[in-house]
Amino acid sequence: MFIEDFKINSNIKIAENTFVIGVESNQKVDDLKPGQFFNIQVSENYFPLLRRPFSISDVQENKIFFMYKIVGEGTQILSKKKVGEKINLLGPLGNSFNLQDNFENLILIGGGIGIAPFPFMIKQICDKNLKVLYGVKSKNEAHNFGLKNVIYSSEDGKIGIKGNVIDLLDEELKNLEFEKTKIFACGPNAMFRALQKYLSDKNILCEVSMESAMACGFGICQGCPTEHKNSDSYKLICKDGPIFNIRDIVI
Amino acid sequence: MNEIDLSVNVGPLKLKNPIMLASGTVGYGNEISEFIDLSKVGAIITKSISLKPRKGNPPQRITETPSGMLNAIGLTNVGVEEFIKTKIPFLEKLNSTLICNIAASSIEEYVECVEILNSQESIKGFEINVSCPNVREGGLIFGNDINNVGKITEKVRAKTSKPLIIKLSPNTSNIFEFAKVVKKEGGDAVSAINTLVGTSFNIYTRKPKIKNITGGLSGPAIKPVALAKVLEISRNVDIPIIGIGGIMDWKDAIEFMIVGASAVQLGTVNFINPKAGIEIMDGLINYCKQTSTNKISDLISSRILE
Ligand SMILES: Cc1cc2nc3c(=O)[nH]c(=O)nc-3n(C[C@H](O)[C@H](O)[C@H](O)COP(=O)(O)OP(=O)(O)OC[C@H]3O[C@@H](n4cnc5c(N)ncnc54)[C@H](O)[C@@H]3O)c2cc1C
Ligand SMILES: Cc1cc2nc3c(=O)[nH]c(=O)nc-3n(C[C@H](O)[C@H](O)[C@H](O)COP(=O)(O)O)c2cc1C
Ligand code: FES
Repeated sequence: MFIEDFKINSNIKIAENTFVIGVESNQKVDDLKPGQFFNIQVSENYFPLLRRPFSISDVQENKIFFMYKIVGEGTQILSKKKVGEKINLLGPLGNSFNLQDNFENLILIGGGIGIAPFPFMIKQICDKNLKVLYGVKSKNEAHNFGLKNVIYSSEDGKIGIKGNVIDLLDEELKNLEFEKTKIFACGPNAMFRALQKYLSDKNILCEVSMESAMACGFGICQGCPTEHKNSDSYKLICKDGPIFNIRDIVI
Repeated sequence: MNEIDLSVNVGPLKLKNPIMLASGTVGYGNEISEFIDLSKVGAIITKSISLKPRKGNPPQRITETPSGMLNAIGLTNVGVEEFIKTKIPFLEKLNSTLICNIAASSIEEYVECVEILNSQESIKGFEINVSCPNVREGGLIFGNDINNVGKITEKVRAKTSKPLIIKLSPNTSNIFEFAKVVKKEGGDAVSAINTLVGTSFNIYTRKPKIKNITGGLSGPAIKPVALAKVLEISRNVDIPIIGIGGIMDWKDAIEFMIVGASAVQLGTVNFINPKAGIEIMDGLINYCKQTSTNKISDLISSRILE
């Protein structure tokens, strides 16, 4: 883990309210794993005070990329950052998606900005039978930045099927053997709830990346607990997660 | 130029410098030690420990506020037994001054905790938390009762000869009365302040942002309040004060010392910059050089009020 100023290389809009910021260090950044995140200081003063967590979207030698959606003050400030400015990163934080298992088919499910960690991940699983199921509210939100084999669903039906990612998954799983298939998902809690219910009677492995309000991001504030089915105490989303087996989480 | 003398005394507690890391904002040291050499700061204070483990409050536990944050962690901790078994061995190796913060639901529980921990050589002092706003029992209602605070000080004092600090709540209109009682009953110092009770609502759902409804406000937003409380105690009671509340940089730390603090604690800033303790120390040294202050302790209560 490190705390370091990075220089902003690019900060481009890729879809409605959605940006990718690229930052560069003097040294090579290695040992970053898909699913990990950084806590980024978006403001130089005390407003907003806390750092903001963002998943690693891509890594190229000494550059790291973060895909983000403007939802409030912090992400608004981030979107205004100019090339050449410095920005402070704390990380890498959290555990990572487990890509070691030998599964023939991988299904990546992204709900909205939950798609963010997948471009980095896809690079490391290129020889797999891979599908990305990407659920968006509207067509304007959709993009294919660093993604491949994407199937969309949208609430208004203007891109992909009209419906949600569970509908897409149901369709996809018809042709696949469950034991040879693994699912990775990232998105809002409502999506996880639906996914958990849908998978409850199916023997299929699924890892999810959870979100939480965070103050520190590395386990000292106890601010990001989540109930865990196999534990009496809470797990910390920042340190024990953010990746959990969907069967273990209580949402 | 001579080396600056950064050491301070907080009653019988001797610190190599006035920078302490506040309870609840360093965990048990292991995570934050990846970023900061804990042997360099004056002292570290553990997350409040209670007799039995506490699971803490359900999420959502924190939310951000203008220049601050609200938390309702609910004193999550591993309990005294587990603390001795699994946390002390790491803390011992740090070569840092270790202060143990204790929370409890009854006077007897405070006493029992101190009794159990007193024999641990690595613990150099106790900070008694009578001011957590986020738990029903043993929290504010308890700590806002001056008789209770007096009794806790008296009973705990009887069990330990190590430095005894009582951490006071700002959620009272007369904090100095509490400091007076602490002194009378044999406490060595007071910490001021713990968090202020606050709340925050989502205007669209009309629901509170944290599950506990209210939480403890910390961060730069509370600094003026904390300074005023330190000043109030300092003007009325002759007892060493540890200043806490919204310290973000070396200037804040100096301000607290001038107003009356013998040492300071860093809280929320550790979340944003876990190296802050060291950076602030560098700032103190520079300030001392700039102002020809050879001993940082000369700053304590050096305020000029008129
Ligand atoms: C491990 C982790 C990885 C993340 N990765 C990404 C990512 O790659 N790209 C991305 O765009 N976002 C990501 N997020 C969410 C991102 O951190 C928040 O959107 C951001 O902190 C909001 O900051 P803000 O100041 O703009 O919004 P605020 O003004 O703080 O809040 C605006 C709205 O966003 C919601 N919000 C705030 N913080 C979070 C949060 N942590 N999770 C969910 N909702 C939140 C608030 O409830 C509120 O409704 C991640 C969060 C976590 C915990
Ligand atoms: C997340 C969090 C957890 C805390 N937990 C404790 C605790 O367990 N015991 C305690 O005495 N104080 C606790 N505090 C209070 C701090 O020690 C400190 O008094 C307060 O945050 C004010 O300082 P600050 O503004 O520098 O953060 C906690 C504060 C925060 C923000
Ligand atoms: S965000 Fe601080 S412990 Fe997880």
